[in-house]
Amino acid sequence: MIIQVQRAFGPVVEGEAVVSEEGFSPRYDLDRWTGMITKPGHKLEGTSIVDKICFFPTAKGGIAAGWAFYDIKWKKIAPKAFIFGVTNPVMVQGAVFAGIPITEGWSPHPREAVKTGDWVRVDPARKLIEVLRRKT
Amino acid sequence: MELTSEEQAILGGGRGEAAQRALRYQIEVGKFWGAKRFVPVTNVHMMGDIEVMGDAGLAWLKAEAGSGARCVVGTTTNARCMDFAHCERMGQDAGEAVKEKEIIATLRRMDVVTTDTCINYQTVYQPHLGEHVAWGDTGTVIYANSVFGARSNFEAGPAALAAALTGRTPEYGFHLDEHRKGTFAVELKAELDDLADWGAVGKLVGESHQNYYAVPVFHGCRRAPAADELKHLGAALASYGSMGMFHFVGVTPEAPSILPDEKMVVSDADLAAVYRNYKLGDGDARLVVFSGPQQSLFEMKHLALLFKDKKVKAGSTCIVTTNSAILQQSRDLGYAKALEDAGVTILEGVCFYILQNLSPMREKNRWTNMVSNSAKIVNIIGAHRFNTILRRTADCVAIACSGVLR
Repeated sequence: MIIQVQRAFGPVVEGEAVVSEEGFSPRYDLDRWTGMITKPGHKLEGTSIVDKICFFPTAKGGIAAGWAFYDIKWKKIAPKAFIFGVTNPVMVQGAVFAGIPITEGWSPHPREAVKTGDWVRVDPARKLIEVLRRKT
Repeated sequence: MELTSEEQAILGGGRGEAAQRALRYQIEVGKFWGAKRFVPVTNVHMMGDIEVMGDAGLAWLKAEAGSGARCVVGTTTNARCMDFAHCERMGQDAGEAVKEKEIIATLRRMDVVTTDTCINYQTVYQPHLGEHVAWGDTGTVIYANSVFGARSNFEAGPAALAAALTGRTPEYGFHLDEHRKGTFAVELKAELDDLADWGAVGKLVGESHQNYYAVPVFHGCRRAPAADELKHLGAALASYGSMGMFHFVGVTPEAPSILPDEKMVVSDADLAAVYRNYKLGDGDARLVVFSGPQQSLFEMKHLALLFKDKKVKAGSTCIVTTNSAILQQSRDLGYAKALEDAGVTILEGVCFYILQNLSPMREKNRWTNMVSNSAKIVNIIGAHRFNTILRRTADCVAIACSGVLR
């Protein structure tokens, strides 16, 4: 199974997928000391994004996200990649600064292609994401 | 990207290694967005404090300053995470305060003007129609694009600093005409008597259209909004909707004369539902905050009037944040004294939601709820596990003084 993306930055990475139905901000939603989503009521509340390939439909708010990605990368609690349906400049500026792969736009929609726990590879140069192994 | 000879010189190291690194980084960001070239900027506003940057960000910043990084255009700083006069009483870390002072000193070495304000557009720099700038936080950007007709994307700290070092930013997003057109119309049928009402409009419109490139066109308002009202509207749109621009017919310079096809209406009933839908949790009413964005002089004046001859209830905390210039004027005019006499804590140069050590502060004070008249701060503080409640300004004052949540 392959997902085509529109825009992408970063090196090739592989990892376990976390697929969210809700958007994301590292400031509003994330505990930046544990890498857990902690915003009360977030659809991923209680989920760790550490070393995951994170699929989020949208980006939320926040200029402070720009430093946050570098901070969590340095603390070794960053995800391996951010896969956005729609993102905003801050997420991209922050991810590029931290050297974390980031993509925007997807076809087909991840809900038809990938589930949380699947093992996926992100190839920014080829603008595609492959599902390598299903969660067993 | 097409580079001018000057940009090629920067890339070749002609203006030092810091500017070279900055331009390389900007090219990667520009390539992602399909930018064809750079545009020169005249002003930069950047976020940089220890709470958002962490030790990694501080180490990076010091290395940049050490390698000769210097701003080539006027550059100011956003609100930060500590008011040193209050940090001990607020339970903030002394060690982090030392680092915060290091950040300030390092930024000054790089020729950054440390204004520590998120209302630079009200107090420091007002760009003109069509002027390209590189600003963050989001509330400053949406105000610049919408009210002044200037041009900026959301520029995160590292991106804004890169623009300060190179004097330019990649041309994408709101620098281009194609992204500045209204995409849907919003008829304002509600009364909008309070700043919180304007923020609530931003919440309703932003939440339902989460997209950086969604540009609402407001119309139908029966009076001209004041700057503080547009500030709360914009801050909420940016926060809930990740939006960077709005139009307001008869008010903002680029508002269209023909409305987009998609239409929504905001009525008094919609606003009433916003206020009604906040869960009051355990009823804790001991924390009331006027912040996010910092208070303007007129907001300080209004709060001073509302708190006159009143006292914040014993055991409750009421916090107001503003910048140093507004605080000095508020002292001269007696507003600050009126607030402090009432037991209000005024913090300078900070915003409540980025305060260093906020989660432990919440636990230590056993705060569960946070009440505010700012729709933005009500939205963005969730990761610190506050239950948040939006209320009108006078209601916030009443809650602070009575300890009763309504």
